[in-house]
Amino acid sequence: MSDRPAPRKFGFETRMVHAGHVPDANTGARAVPIYQTTSYVFDSPDYAAQLFELKQYGNIYTRISNPTTAVFEERIASLEGATGALAVSSGMAAQFISLMTLLSPGDEVVASSHLYGGTVTQLKQTFQKLSVKVTLVDPHDFAAWERAITPKTRALYGETIGNPRGSIFDLEKFAGLAGAHKIPLFIDNTFATPYLCRPIEWGATIVLHSATKFIGGHGNAIAGVILDSGNFDFSRFPSIAAPSPSYHNLRFFDTFGHYGFLMKARAETVRDVGACVSPMNSFLLLQGLETLSLRMERHVGTARQIARYLSEHEQVAWVAYAGLPSHPDHALAQKYLPKGPGAVFSFGLKGEGAQVREDGKRFIESLHLFSHLANVGDVRSLVIHPASTTHQQLTDEELAACGVGPEMIRLSVGLENVEDLIWDLDQAFHALSRSIRA
Amino acid sequence: MGSRPGLSCSVTLNTSLTPEQRARFQDVDQINHLLDSAKTVAMVGLSSDRQKASFFVAGYLRDEGYRVVPVNPKADTILGEKAYPDVTSIPFPVDVVDIFRPPQDVDEIVNQVIARKEKGIDSPAIWMQLRIINLPAAERARAAGLTVIVDKCVKMEHGRYRGGLHFAGMNTEIISARKRKR
Ligand SMILES: Cc1ncc(COP(=O)(O)O)c(C=O)c1O
Repeated sequence: MSDRPAPRKFGFETRMVHAGHVPDANTGARAVPIYQTTSYVFDSPDYAAQLFELKQYGNIYTRISNPTTAVFEERIASLEGATGALAVSSGMAAQFISLMTLLSPGDEVVASSHLYGGTVTQLKQTFQKLSVKVTLVDPHDFAAWERAITPKTRALYGETIGNPRGSIFDLEKFAGLAGAHKIPLFIDNTFATPYLCRPIEWGATIVLHSATKFIGGHGNAIAGVILDSGNFDFSRFPSIAAPSPSYHNLRFFDTFGHYGFLMKARAETVRDVGACVSPMNSFLLLQGLETLSLRMERHVGTARQIARYLSEHEQVAWVAYAGLPSHPDHALAQKYLPKGPGAVFSFGLKGEGAQVREDGKRFIESLHLFSHLANVGDVRSLVIHPASTTHQQLTDEELAACGVGPEMIRLSVGLENVEDLIWDLDQAFHALSRSIRA
Repeated sequence: MGSRPGLSCSVTLNTSLTPEQRARFQDVDQINHLLDSAKTVAMVGLSSDRQKASFFVAGYLRDEGYRVVPVNPKADTILGEKAYPDVTSIPFPVDVVDIFRPPQDVDEIVNQVIARKEKGIDSPAIWMQLRIINLPAAERARAAGLTVIVDKCVKMEHGRYRGGLHFAGMNTEIISARKRKR
């Protein structure tokens, strides 16, 4: 015991390629094996019974756990500084399962109004069907959050880097607010990734990801993750602490302590909802994680150059990138995301109404390298014009109300050569000015 | 899982001990060695209520091949094993005294363990479960030559080093490029 080095806290990049995977005793396989299996043979009938009662750790069925997925889960938990993780079928499923685990009918959630549109719909419509009331509040209006919290509020919810204007959520301040009310703070960290920001270090309780985006990074797998800080006292939350009828009145928080929330989410909510991730997708996500720091450095470096280029362009009305000093949340970005506030941002073309809506379409049609599609966080650069796609049914007034103007174009900056990307934008602006003159 | 000789990763999550206290009372190799070598675990404060955390831990340890000795003055037998009212009454040597009692009760338990050692009955490690922290008692036991673990769950630690905790998606903090031992 004396001849070993002092225990070491290994760095982010080391954990990015090692955490969660010790080569197995039989094969020594160095890459993570893909356990493409639905189920697992029990050691004995008694042991099986223990597994079903959660008295033993082990695999039963891939809807609940899988060895390839476990490597992904432990690795992302290590990178976020979480006590554990639960991988699920999509980012939307991560949100739904984590909130379903916590909430009961009649409960309330106060959430930022600067969220991914799909999340807003899930919170306002699907959760309303389950008699959960969600109040959306501007993340810059702290007093409004204080007013929105009632005795029924069970969680606060925000995105590290918010939609659609790249606002930065004041993590420490909201963690303080959640702490004062003894409720957990949920943070969607999709746009930042743990390389750029680790919300648990600022006091978040539950961290969520659409792993579909930068974590996988290659645009080839849909998945989500739920992470728990392990620091929150759930004893006041009957959903986690009360006896569970489906496990002989097991009290998850009492029995599993800092693992209680995730054990409940896995053994009850995912078991019952069924939104599990496939082992193959877990493998693809692991491939992504192994280069996360390298990719994110390049993503933010290129994004910063493109944001600067756009902000100086005469055909551009505004650029909403918190890495620019002109952004209202620039100081927050420097505090929480010192390496850079991600690689997804939007900008506005000059002009108004129907004309600029048409210009937006034409601009995108003119691009050669940016792929026109509805996703972010790919190695390839992506572009979308919300007013003519995801939000096309809305009038100009409705677009304005959700912060999406007809002039808005959203970019997700990929890993191509930065001069090539700027060349592409440049020639699209030229095409636009030619067509305007014509 | 611990690949020999020893792990070099630090395990830091889910404890309220300082880094110095962790070095004294949560040594990764010491815990791993203890889990490897111990055969008999006396559980002080083991409940006969099947939904109590201590009962879960006891059932788990028994399945993993340890003999569990209940110490509980209110019970005759738990999990089929005869219960003893206190540590002093156990008439055979034990390897670990695992404590599920509030911190103020730990002093007396440590006194009894030290007395057993002085009489040459045994020299068990003292293990205070998660959130059961009595550092003066821990220091006293250490000064008497006993191995002491504080603010850790024996089931979680066993799961950490044998892979079970990992399968539940938890962060074991184990980093090693060496092949797992069989
Ligand atoms: C910030 C954010 N959260 C959640 C989601 C939903 O993730 P998924 O598409 O993996 O279900 C998305 C996806 O677009 C997102 O951008």
